[in-house]
Amino acid sequence: MNARILLLVCLPGLAQAQGFAGLGGEAGGFALPEKGQALAFPADHGAHPEFRIEWWYLTANLTGPDGTPYGLQWTLFRSALAPHEAAGWDSPQIWLGHAAVTTPDDHLFTQRLARGGIGQAGVTATPFEAWIDDWRMAGPDFDAMRLAASGPEFAYDMTLTAQGPLVRHGEEGFSVKSGEGQASYYYSQPFFDIAGRLSLPEGPVEVTGTAWFDHEWSSQPLSDRQTGWDWFSLSFEDGAKLMGFQLRENDAAGYSYASWIAPDGTLTPYVGAFEAEPLETARLDGAEVPVRWSVRLPAEGVAVEVEALNDAAWNALSPSYWEGPVTVTGSHAGRGYLEMTGYE
Amino acid sequence: MLLKLRNIRKSFAGAEGPVPVLRGIDLDLDEGESMALTGESGSGKSTLLHLVGGLDRPDAGRIDVGGVEVTALDDSGRAALRRGTVGVVFQQFNLIPSLNVGDNIAFQARLAGRHDAAMTAALAERLGLGPHLAKYPEQLSGGQQQRTAIARTLAARPRLVLADEPTGNLDEATAEAVLGAMLELVAETGAALLMVTHSTHHAARMGRRLHLHAGRIA
Amino acid sequence: MTPTVLWALLSHWRRAPLQLFTLIAGLALATGLWSGVQAINAEARASYDAAAATLGEGQYARIEATSGGEIALSDYVALRRAGWQVSPVVQGRLGDVQMVGIEPLTAPGGIGPGAEGADIAAFLGGAGQVFGRAEALAALPEVEAERVVAPDVAPGTVVTDISVAQRLLGRDGVDLLLVAAEQPLGRADLFDIAPDLVLRPAQGGSEIGRLTDSFHLNLTAFGLLCFAVGIFIVHGAVGLAFEQRRPVLRTMRALGVPLGRLVVLMVAELVGISLVAGTLGVGLGWLLAASLLPDVAATLRGLYGAEVAGGLAFRPVWWLSGLGIAVLGTALAAGAALWRIATMPLLAAGGRRAWAMADARSARWQGALALVLIGVAAGLALWGEGLVAGFGILGAGLVGAALALPLLLGAALAAAARLARGPLAQWFWADTRQQLPGLSLALMALLLAMAANIGVSTMVGSFRQTFTGFLDQRLAPELYIEAADDAQARTVEAFLAPRVRSVLPLASVETQVAGLPAELNLARPDPTYPENWRFLQSVPRPWEHLAVREGVLINEQLSRRAGLGLGDTVSLGPQTALPVLGIYGDYGNPVGQVIVTEALFRTLHPEIVPHRFGLRLDPEQVPDIRAALLAEGVAEAAITDQVALKRFSLQVFERTFAVTAALNVLTLAVAGFAILMSLLTLAALRLPQLAPVWALGLTRRRLAGLEMLRAVLLAALTALVALPLGLALAWVLLSVVNVAAFGWRLPMYLFPAAYAQLGLFALLAAGLAALWPAIRLARTPPAALLGVFASER
Repeated sequence: MNARILLLVCLPGLAQAQGFAGLGGEAGGFALPEKGQALAFPADHGAHPEFRIEWWYLTANLTGPDGTPYGLQWTLFRSALAPHEAAGWDSPQIWLGHAAVTTPDDHLFTQRLARGGIGQAGVTATPFEAWIDDWRMAGPDFDAMRLAASGPEFAYDMTLTAQGPLVRHGEEGFSVKSGEGQASYYYSQPFFDIAGRLSLPEGPVEVTGTAWFDHEWSSQPLSDRQTGWDWFSLSFEDGAKLMGFQLRENDAAGYSYASWIAPDGTLTPYVGAFEAEPLETARLDGAEVPVRWSVRLPAEGVAVEVEALNDAAWNALSPSYWEGPVTVTGSHAGRGYLEMTGYE
Repeated sequence: MLLKLRNIRKSFAGAEGPVPVLRGIDLDLDEGESMALTGESGSGKSTLLHLVGGLDRPDAGRIDVGGVEVTALDDSGRAALRRGTVGVVFQQFNLIPSLNVGDNIAFQARLAGRHDAAMTAALAERLGLGPHLAKYPEQLSGGQQQRTAIARTLAARPRLVLADEPTGNLDEATAEAVLGAMLELVAETGAALLMVTHSTHHAARMGRRLHLHAGRIA
Repeated sequence: MTPTVLWALLSHWRRAPLQLFTLIAGLALATGLWSGVQAINAEARASYDAAAATLGEGQYARIEATSGGEIALSDYVALRRAGWQVSPVVQGRLGDVQMVGIEPLTAPGGIGPGAEGADIAAFLGGAGQVFGRAEALAALPEVEAERVVAPDVAPGTVVTDISVAQRLLGRDGVDLLLVAAEQPLGRADLFDIAPDLVLRPAQGGSEIGRLTDSFHLNLTAFGLLCFAVGIFIVHGAVGLAFEQRRPVLRTMRALGVPLGRLVVLMVAELVGISLVAGTLGVGLGWLLAASLLPDVAATLRGLYGAEVAGGLAFRPVWWLSGLGIAVLGTALAAGAALWRIATMPLLAAGGRRAWAMADARSARWQGALALVLIGVAAGLALWGEGLVAGFGILGAGLVGAALALPLLLGAALAAAARLARGPLAQWFWADTRQQLPGLSLALMALLLAMAANIGVSTMVGSFRQTFTGFLDQRLAPELYIEAADDAQARTVEAFLAPRVRSVLPLASVETQVAGLPAELNLARPDPTYPENWRFLQSVPRPWEHLAVREGVLINEQLSRRAGLGLGDTVSLGPQTALPVLGIYGDYGNPVGQVIVTEALFRTLHPEIVPHRFGLRLDPEQVPDIRAALLAEGVAEAAITDQVALKRFSLQVFERTFAVTAALNVLTLAVAGFAILMSLLTLAALRLPQLAPVWALGLTRRRLAGLEMLRAVLLAALTALVALPLGLALAWVLLSVVNVAAFGWRLPMYLFPAAYAQLGLFALLAAGLAALWPAIRLARTPPAALLGVFASER
């Protein structure tokens, strides 16, 4: 769900994104997602270099020994200059990692960049390994993995254990993103248990919690009019989960979608039924960002209020976006993650 | 009354304490009047002229020129008085060597904001300076230089003309001619004239005469 | 009123065009010299900044192969995967251009081209892009990649993606890894990941910048000196102009111009003049800098290997600073004169005052200040250390000496007056002494100019003498050749061995000694070395001990930096720790150096095959051997004969000081000008003093002759003071500044002939300066002299 980040961030440190300006529109030689094409695992856990963009995205809601809530983000993006992979420095594949840890009063984040082809970053399906530099999400298999990242101010080392099945969004993993038909392949593993150690400036903390993994790839993810999105992944106390997003068009609510995931992993897609309205905003880095939301999915009886654990979960990279843990109250109680782009 | 002096006192610092130069001078001069100020060297006549012209300040007493209390003016007020009301003709001419005769004549009138080209030209003609307007002061004889200084003073149309031995640096014949021209022109403008002179002969040509002796009117 | 007054004020210059010329010329010269030097400095610094930005020169720690060779790609990836935030760089010559290949995704901030039109997709993909200055791009051989003009790339360098650079340079590995300032928590040790790599810490500033700072400091000091001399001139001209206008200003006030208006208009007049002169000066500085810059560039390249663009960009910074300094200088020079005008009584009794007369109290202050400054200089010389102390000595010493000069001259003249017999001699000495205050500023300028001249010519001469001798010992071989590769090196050595007297292999490896970077060189046992080398310190027969692996030789730089003396142990690797047998002078080399015997070198670095050889042979054999080598396939450019090499090396040093020499001559000329202006100023005031002497029976010719004699005498006395001051300056430059900046001390030689020539030149300058006022005096009409008595009030 982070196409736009990738579009704009692509190579943050360099601020030379002109070359990517055309990415929103044409697919230029890259493969396009096709409806009815079944996802195949474990092969589809790996990279799809013939598609322009792809990401492996993990967010986790954690709790420390004293009950303090934490949030964690681990993301690996892939962006291709050409629809193939090559060995050595000539590889057209560019990799970008983002990692963050959110505490009730702090938000730490960092990033990594790498070229494909030389082994500095990549994703292999069997055995599963996604890495950039020393950051890794890898396991003997996809259901039991280690997750690690480090930055100048923080590091973490976690284990992930799947407690349920993979879920495919949209039509069996074909996820439509606009009324004009832009689409991606999109599946999730929302049932990870997670445990491990956060290294924070104050010292190490042992934590446990739940994690949500997304994998999505595409070549032309957004329509021109779409300016940003609000994406929610909520885990309710009764075991049900909700993934919902709305794509804002010229800053008004536009296309929306939701996946209702029953505790057993059964997924019900809803196009246009998901509603999210900001209740309160915070000023971050010069941007006005909603930090309390009213979220409804009437068909499943969901009418909740979603509130940021820490308003300042702002990844001040380029471009800046908001990504942080949230707490849920109302018709359903629970925790989750919220991502907002296009507010900068 | 154009000029009114009351009880003017002035002394200068000397090696053994202050040396009094003026010891209480009273004087009145009306418009159109002319007065000679005579006295031996050191009798204080030049000092008195400087005080009237606002070039210096008395220690005590009051000076009024054209209804303005000069003794109450600050530096810039006295500068304005010298520019607009009073004109001084010096013994040393004090022309500006880098300006030509024409510009020298017009200088004070321009300062006073009363420059009138036709009048200046007429003045220059009357004083016989017509052919010399483009020359520089150093190219003129002493008499011509003093005529230039007189023209400069009169072109600014002051109400009171002060002259400090204006012919002191000139030979006798020239002095006669210059003095004659000055008196004639001052009389025409209707200004009052106060002139310091050594010469009793010159003093006799003025309307009144005031003799100073040891800082007092004798 | 304002236009009338301004017109009257400005009309003065029409009548005194020479004064106006002096004022503008002095100010323009001062500004020109100052801004010329600033321009050179700014240009050179901009070049270093570009170099630093291109290579991260010194600002980042770097990882290199311990052996000095390539770093394998696998080592880079292993380091990255262990968390090390490093970025690869590959460098090499492509034609005449230095090509730098970077990896833009991992490069630390500020590295690589940030030019407009940078397109990361184009930079990384396809044929790639090459960034560089237009000259560098033009010098680039035919390449497929797109050329992009980027002025912020170092001169003579192009930057491209690492993939493009590796392809064009035919390389597989990389040369070094830049280490980002921020590193993640919990990295493994470098040694555990890649034991063959070594981490070199970041340096405080750019390495090149640090080395060349002293050169720039030198230039700046000269620029300031020139400016000071120029300001003396302006002071003289302004003083004269104001003195001459005093009566006019008084008249204008009497005619009713308010004092405030008058002062404001005079300030405006001066600002206007200084802006005009400043603009001229900046233009002059531009010309000066443009003509000197190629020399400066060559100098810096030769001395430090720093590339400086030969062209000059017009930088607003020094343009503005030039104008600013012109206005500031005028304010400095005119402040006192203006103050006197502002406080001048409307009805002054008495006549003209000599404007520059200093009273006894200020002389005492000046003396005290001079003593303090000289004390500070002495203290720094005794206890100070480093570059700052060196320049502190220079500054305090020079200013102190300049301030002390009038007092010294006064004392000398007083002594002469006491010894004088006859009324004329007594009058002459007393009158000279009376003139001193008016001339002291100009004489101070002359003192500074001469001292700088003596100091710099001593330094240049010492440098040349030392360096020529050094070249003779170090470049003893008649021919040098360089093989293209290992195979050719072996063939060539085998080919030459029977044909020449000796073949001396040359090779060096970058290493670390006592924690400092140093190069390790080899020496084959050969009579050439003991015959030609001179040591600063050594044990008896050092070469014999060296040959049997009993020790090493080190250069002065290493000895000073690492604090190594004779007999101290140098560790060159496991189980190889050897004592220092000798310390040799190694002028112009910024790096520490160790020499070991050939056999030991081969043990330590078996992988290195020396490619360069020095050949000892009969000079008559040179053409034959040369031809034979060419026939063997050695490239023409790879054979250097010693004479050419020496000539080239000397040229480098000649050019180094061509710049300083040019500034020197200008400074002295400007000082002469200052004397002329002071004398002209005084001339007008002198008439009343000379008239009585004339009236008492001295002819005008005689008086004029005495006036000239006086100027020459004062200049000669000043020269006497300048000599020790200049020598002290040279000593500081050679023994303090040079050691601090370059790491070696230069022996100081004296050049009496040069000093005598300089002294003559100074006397000539003073004589010439006095000539015109003297001629004017000789031609003064008697009436003017008589007028003195007549007009005396």
